[in-house]
Formats: sequence, structure tokens, C-alpha cells
Amino acid sequence: MTTGSWWRRAADLTATVVALVTVFPIYWMLLSALKPAGEMQSLSQRPWTLAPTLDHFRRVLGAEDFGRYLVNSLLVALAVVALSGLVAFLAAVALTRFRFRFRSTILVMFLVAQMVPIEALTIPLFFLIRDVGAVVPEVGLNTLGSLVLVHLAFSLPFAVWMLRGFVAAIPEELEEAAMLDGASRRTVLWRILFPLVAPGLAATSVFSFITAWNDFLFARTFIISATDNQTLPMALLVFFKPDENDWGGIMAASVLMTVPVLIFFILVQKRLVSGLGGAVKD
Amino acid sequence: MSTASTALAEPRSGVRPAPAGRRTRLRMRRRTPLWLLIPAAAVLLPLFVYPIYQLGLLSVLDFRQAQVSGGQPTRFVGLDNYLTLLRDGKFWSVLLATVGFAAACVAATLAVGAALAVLLTRVSRWPGYALSLAAMAAWAAPAITGSTVWMFLFDANLGLVNQVLGLDGHNWTYDRYSTFALVGAAVVWHSFPFVMVTLYAGIRAIPEQMLEAAALDGASHWRSFWQIVVPMIRPLLVIVVIQSIIWDFKVFTQIYVMTGGGGIAGQNLTLNVYAYQQAFAASEYGLGSAIGVVMMLILLVVTLLYLRALRRGGEPL
Repeated sequence: MTTGSWWRRAADLTATVVALVTVFPIYWMLLSALKPAGEMQSLSQRPWTLAPTLDHFRRVLGAEDFGRYLVNSLLVALAVVALSGLVAFLAAVALTRFRFRFRSTILVMFLVAQMVPIEALTIPLFFLIRDVGAVVPEVGLNTLGSLVLVHLAFSLPFAVWMLRGFVAAIPEELEEAAMLDGASRRTVLWRILFPLVAPGLAATSVFSFITAWNDFLFARTFIISATDNQTLPMALLVFFKPDENDWGGIMAASVLMTVPVLIFFILVQKRLVSGLGGAVKD
Repeated sequence: MSTASTALAEPRSGVRPAPAGRRTRLRMRRRTPLWLLIPAAAVLLPLFVYPIYQLGLLSVLDFRQAQVSGGQPTRFVGLDNYLTLLRDGKFWSVLLATVGFAAACVAATLAVGAALAVLLTRVSRWPGYALSLAAMAAWAAPAITGSTVWMFLFDANLGLVNQVLGLDGHNWTYDRYSTFALVGAAVVWHSFPFVMVTLYAGIRAIPEQMLEAAALDGASHWRSFWQIVVPMIRPLLVIVVIQSIIWDFKVFTQIYVMTGGGGIAGQNLTLNVYAYQQAFAASEYGLGSAIGVVMMLILLVVTLLYLRALRRGGEPL
């Protein structure tokens, strides 16, 4: 018994230390964003500050058009979430509730799609978007629309794959009962399945949101001249100067970019795990 | 991600009694539900499938700045781009670096993730809660902001690490290997939580009675760990390993941001970044595409292994 409790205490201590080490970079980001400029330049950084200030945030949000980039990022991410949620829901229903000929093949394709090195696809996509833009200017180069399109495509396979688990967890008896009561297929889909899958859709949305929100590669590749349509990650890189990095600004910008995702993640954390588990209990 | 844990839910699905005849008849709708699949196809065919085809096409073309601007006609060059790569010492060194870097990241991610998953099963409530929450935060943090904060921590003058170690002015990104190690640390920090959470869920799904029975039979903790826990989570382990290989092979953001696009004289390039730089920095779009195709083929092999592992793990497709 005594050795048992000794082990338990050692395990607790290790877990606590690892937790602190793991969360430290995020703490450091937040702290540095709040430190006054003088302390940031100091050659002996302290792990606390007695004079927290919002100076860096003010500078970031004011001077560099950061607010606009924030809105751009939000617009792109929300459009992707809405569209990919809708399209993925329909596809997930098809793949769980129907048995048709190429069902397994399509499923495997969705899985394989997740392995494709998206970064390499920037090359053909750049030319595709350029050519499409000549016809439909709204989704050509330098537009937010082009970013929505590519992120929609790249978040879809995972969204379908994940939603499939949520749809499968809903007892089919519910739909069958409704169908026997004379409900149309459309009613079953939107009035019965959709609300029941909604929690899963929320969890899936987080991933779609993150895909779009975190991206800097497509923003960098597609948004060449229209700086008004730049998104957050690119704006963040603006603070890197060849000679002297503005770390206060970088950390404040990083906080602004990290916090929304962090909040989302923690909000849906429970659902996320159950969604990943492929089983929903409530 | 999702795949990992579907294996967990597997034993549960068999519990329900066999459905009655009426139900099966309703359930097995054999018509292809085209109208449900068309939206997805409308997105994926032009924006995913077609670009893959285009990537292959570009890789057999002489496609450079002159062709992009229309100054010169596009020329079919067959496998010339690939031959150029084969003869290019830089390509081989980048390929080697990519494999080495990915292997190191995978090994470290798995070691850390698995150790912490086991640790989580042994701790009291609050330390366990703290560890899960911290891991969630590291997982959720965007790769780009994770990169910026790690860079700041290791900054030559203002970085906390140098100040604590007294290495004033030491630049971690001069040396090739210390740069890779730094980037690797940021990658592992970001990716171990997935391994930890998945394996922890796997261990928790093992029936308590099984371990109790083993204990009654006189098996030590050590023994029941290796002879019950490890074999039980083996399918999950395989999935986690292969997922990690795929992710770490494709690492882009951390390398691109932390090494400023590939490090000094490109010493920290990986295939992914190399392809991008060849195309957009050097305007060698054909060559960049060929690198992309090589990457795709390597990942395809890994993916086939993954699919085989999934089948064995009982994933119903």
C-alpha cells in the first residue's frame, strides 16, 4: 500500500510537471504580449510582469491593418464552416444510410484524400484559380473567395469521415418510424437527422474552422497584390523584420490568432473526443 | 483521427440484436443517393481531383516563368524533370533530410505520447486533468503561432532559453541539426497530444475484469501491461504510427516559418517546402510539380499500409 501511494505521488508529480512544461509556450506567448516594451527588450527576461499593458495589442490592431485581416480570416473560416458542414452532412448521410455500388471505394477515397500533400497542390491550384478568375473574378487570385474554395475542398474529406461516425450513431428506427408515418425523405433529412447530428456537426466544424483559420500557405500564394484581402497568418509574418524582430507585436498577434481556436477547442472538447470515438451517447 | 478510435467502438456495435425483416428491407436502400453526393463531388472533383491530375501533367512539362507569362509555348519534356531530380544532389539530400526528420519526429511523438497515455492511467484526478488540458492547448494552438512562440523562446538574444542557459547570442538556427531539432521540438509539442489522447482512450477501453483476472492469477503490473494492454491496443498503435508518419512527412508550416523558408542555403528544406520553393521562388513550376509527385507516391505507399492496418483493426468500410 505504501509503495502504491509512493508511485501514485511520483506519477502525479510527473504529470503536473509535464503539464506545466506543455502549457509553458502558451503562457509565455500571453505573458510576452502583455509585457511593456522595456521588459521585452531586457536581456534577463522574467517569467512574470508587474506592469501588464495592452500596448502591443493596441499597436498591432491599430497600425498594421490587423483588424481588417482578422475580419478577413473570420469571414473565410465561417464561410468554410457553413459550406463544408452542409456538404459534408449530405455526403455523410449518403455514405452511412445507403448501400450502393461504389460506397466503399468512395469512403476509401475520402480517407486517401487526407494523405495528399496539400502544399504541393498549391502549384496546379495557383494556375487553376488564375484561370478561373479570368471568368469569375469573385474567386480569382487576390480574393477571399478563392481561399474559401480551396479550404472547403481540403476540409471536406475529413469532415465527411468524421460526420459519418455521428450519423451512424443515430438509431435508424427514428427515421423509419417517421417514414412509416408518412414523412417525406426531405423532412426526415432536415427535421430529424439534421438536428440530431448537430452536436457532431459542431465538433466537425471546429476542424474545418481550424483548417481555414490556420492557413497561411494559400493566403501567401493566392493573395499577391490585394493586401486588403490578406488574412491573419500573413499579417503575423509582417512583424518579422530582417534586422530586429518585433517580438512584442508578434506575440500579441499570435495571441489574437490562438485564442479563438483555443476557446473553440475547449468548448467542444468533450464532443470532440466522443466524435473521435465514433460513438455518441446522448 | 476519427479512424483511430472507431476501432474502440467496434465491440459495442455487435451488441444490438439482429434487425427484423421489415427493418432490413428499409435499411438497405440500394439506389445510389446521387443528390446527396453531388454537392461533395461538385467541390472535390474540380478542386481536389483535377489539381492532382494537373500536378502530374505539369511534372512532364517544361513550365517556367516564360511559359507562365505566355512568352514561350509550353513544351512536353517527358520524364526530363524527374531525370533532373535524380541527377540533382540537392534533391537527394533534401529527400534524406525529410525521411530522417520525419522518422525522428515520429519516434519522439510516439515515445512522449505513449508514455504520457500510460501515465494518465496512473494519476489522480487533478494532475490528470491538468495534463489533458495542457495537451489540448498545445494541440489546438495553430502551427504558425506555435512556431512563432518557439522561435521567440529560442531567440539568440531575447530568448528565455539562452538567458537561462547563459548562451548569450547563440543562434540555434545556424547549425543544420540544431535547427532541425528546434523545429522537431515544436512539431512534437503540437502532435503528441493526439497520440496521448488516442492511446489513453484505447487503454481505458480495455475491460477492467481482464486486468483484475490477470492480477488474481498473480501477474505483475509489468507483465499484464506487456501481455494484455499492449496487444489489446496494438491496432490503435499501428494507426497512430502511420498517421504520425503521414503528418510528419508533410510538415510544412513549422519548417517554412521557423527556418525562413528552408534555412541558411536551404539546409533545412524538406520535400514539401522544396517543391513549393522550386515552383514559387525559382519559377520552376514543372520541377516543383515533379517533387510534388514524388512526395505523393511515397505517401501513397504509406497510405496503402495504413488501409491494410485499418482492415486488420476491424474498421468497417
